[in-house]
Amino acid sequence: MKPELEKLVTRARTLFDDLDLEAVRSWKNAMPDRKAIGHLPVWAPRELIWAAGMLPVSVLGGGDRLEIIRGDAYFQSYICHFPRSTVELALSGRLDALDGMLFPSICDVIRNLSGMWQMLFPDLYVRYLDLPQNFDLEVGGRFWRHELEALMRDLEALAGRPISEDDLRLSIAAFAANRHAVHRLYQARSREPWLFPADEMYIVLRAGCVLPPDEHTELVERYLELAPGEAERQRQDRSRIVVAGMFCEQPPLGLLLTLERAGCFIVDDDLFLALRWPEIEVEITDPPLDGLIEAFLRQGALSASVYQPDGKRGAWLVESVERNHAEGVIFCAPSFCDPALLEQPMLVAALDESSVPHTQFKYSEDTGQFAAIREQAGTFADSIRLWGEA
Amino acid sequence: MPDVAPSQKEQSMLLQKEMISGHYDALARAKDEGKKVVYTFVPGNLTELMRSFDILPNLPEINALQSGMRKLSGGYISEAEKHGHSEDVCTYVKCDIGMLKKGNIGPTGVKLPEPDLLLLSYTGCFTFMKWFELLRQEYDCPVAMLHIPYQGDGKVHDHYRGYVIEQLETEVIPKLEAVTGRAFDQDRLRASLALSAAAEDDLVYVLESARHRPSPIDAYFGGVYYIGPIFSAFRGTEEGAAYYRALRREIDQRVAAGQGPVTPEGELETERFRLVIEGPPNWTSFREFWKMFYDEGAVVVASTYTKVGGLYDRGFRHDPDNPLATLADYCMGCYTNLSLPARVDLVEQYVRDYAADGFLINSVKSCNSFSVGQLLMLRQLEDRTGLPGGFIESDLVDPRYFSAANIKNRIESYLQMIEQKRTAGPAA
Ligand code: SF4
Ligand code: SF4
Repeated sequence: MKPELEKLVTRARTLFDDLDLEAVRSWKNAMPDRKAIGHLPVWAPRELIWAAGMLPVSVLGGGDRLEIIRGDAYFQSYICHFPRSTVELALSGRLDALDGMLFPSICDVIRNLSGMWQMLFPDLYVRYLDLPQNFDLEVGGRFWRHELEALMRDLEALAGRPISEDDLRLSIAAFAANRHAVHRLYQARSREPWLFPADEMYIVLRAGCVLPPDEHTELVERYLELAPGEAERQRQDRSRIVVAGMFCEQPPLGLLLTLERAGCFIVDDDLFLALRWPEIEVEITDPPLDGLIEAFLRQGALSASVYQPDGKRGAWLVESVERNHAEGVIFCAPSFCDPALLEQPMLVAALDESSVPHTQFKYSEDTGQFAAIREQAGTFADSIRLWGEA
Repeated sequence: MPDVAPSQKEQSMLLQKEMISGHYDALARAKDEGKKVVYTFVPGNLTELMRSFDILPNLPEINALQSGMRKLSGGYISEAEKHGHSEDVCTYVKCDIGMLKKGNIGPTGVKLPEPDLLLLSYTGCFTFMKWFELLRQEYDCPVAMLHIPYQGDGKVHDHYRGYVIEQLETEVIPKLEAVTGRAFDQDRLRASLALSAAAEDDLVYVLESARHRPSPIDAYFGGVYYIGPIFSAFRGTEEGAAYYRALRREIDQRVAAGQGPVTPEGELETERFRLVIEGPPNWTSFREFWKMFYDEGAVVVASTYTKVGGLYDRGFRHDPDNPLATLADYCMGCYTNLSLPARVDLVEQYVRDYAADGFLINSVKSCNSFSVGQLLMLRQLEDRTGLPGGFIESDLVDPRYFSAANIKNRIESYLQMIEQKRTAGPAA
């Protein structure tokens, strides 16, 4: 690997390994009175946090790098792993850099976790973020405006300064640029997946969970320039697949690597929705909050946690398969993840209707054994290749 | 709610049995009689509104629990799993889907009609949304979505209420009008809401009778019968109001006679333990589960499960003078729409108000809405009340997750612990 790419990847890797949020601490320490606000998956209006001069931090659990000492005592065995590692991170002081925590409405686990946080950390700013499930501007839009305005007031109080319209415009623009860069990376990978190994792309994107938006944009753009320059990244013939179900509890890196080693190229996924929503352009409106509200309402149900009024559940997945010329889909959902697993039969039906091959397995963020997954994914990759040749 | 009543039946139980089987019969005849059928959920149900359109509600959760009690749910769950539904998700959903795949024969053996509308009141649980999205794929019918904001900070804010009312006006009522071809009749709704309020008064009276010693009711195992009509199709109806009047009279008689609760094996004569229970019951072994308590003289004096369809004992009543706002407040106030700290406060209050000897959590595998955070609730409640808490695990309608010996053991040891504390005195 050329030194510049190596440096970039090492930086991303350091951020990925940084369970203590050292990067967030140093960002805060660089200037007096800086604050950081955490949020859980899948999405939060990061623009508002940044506009208040605070760093939005996407908290994605402890993965397979954290020993769970206290977290298990809070959750029954039939609850997904994500809240255990998140509680572990918090109880062990690793999230102390965060001055507040937002819990977006995505599932009952995260919903109830918001209450647990209120009880476990009574001095911390905690807010449940009820994303609207009604997409009429005059109804869901009005509700969402109230929620966002209330959030803005809270953030202003925490930051000790008002959020001006210019602050918000600049922030919206910064995140739009970031989304644009992330989108370009997804497109580039879809075109030439051999240039962007799954584990590498993952950590580059994940850096966006802790970096200021501009810095992350720069990192992604630089990566887009550097990755294609690696001589050994030659075109290869593997099965092109879309992976679905990983929008909250994160897959271990080993799992992504396993899929590749089993003969798959991941050409799209539902990771890092916090960095990718809204998928449509946020217009800089006057007042700027309007644009944010409208974009959220118009973007459609891109995840299991958002209601789909037209009933076309799975349309996005079929569309992604087509757009990315994928040959199949792997459902890769965390064990006990209600939204992903309840959604799956509907996605399967949509794929069957479009004759898209698919397979499925479950994981946990701390899964360490991939032999069975490798075998299953390998068989699947072979079968869709044969299918394609038939 | 269940209609498999204890063998020694109270009059009200017989009445309830008739009402419930009558409702299933009415559902079976609905299409022939030109009646419209709406599928909807218990928490946040809009029964009065549906009834004001002469719509018959069908409640998949009730069908699932009834199937559980009739030992049908295991087969339905396997059927759904065969169709690709994960073993990890809520068994109510799988029981319902399995029943549908096997011909949609309701728990009383009569075929259920297809829905004319799915009324998705999104109160207190995310699974509801996925459940009706799944059903929508099976039925070619419209869905009315009613998003109920969660009381994340323990409050109902004005804009929450406004949001729900606007959804009723722009989404729910227009769809009910379109399905029935009738205009919304506010006066009918008001009349129905008045009947609800009367029944709610009587229900609260019954639930609060458990403050007596001995308690004349079991507010969990018996309580699920008492909430049956009001949580299902009968809130806001004459029949429902009459049922609760009769029930209240019955309980008054029991109090006057100093009687304990009626169990499947007769009246419980000695009340040894007064408990508060958090969490839903298990339905597949309901009687066996109940027996583990009454055999030990344990009476449940208050429970949270009996509040999933409305927290009437905290003062809420449907208000005919504000028909849409009251429906909004009702939906937002159901137990599973409360924040976790508010749930802890409520259980603590119950322990004190009902002079309980302890509290026990039945954590069900199916339901993240209930279960996530219960271990923290346990600790907080132990700290706040100074009483030991019990914790057992089971499931709603999946018989694979009811380990009778294990649960019985836990209950017995828990009750022994209470007994030891009691005999050791307050300093223990
Ligand atoms: S992994 Fe699934 S169930 Fe668990 S917190 Fe995330 S979305 Fe909720
Ligand atoms: S998860 Fe709980 S509240 Fe939701 S449908 Fe299942 S049993 Fe009911």
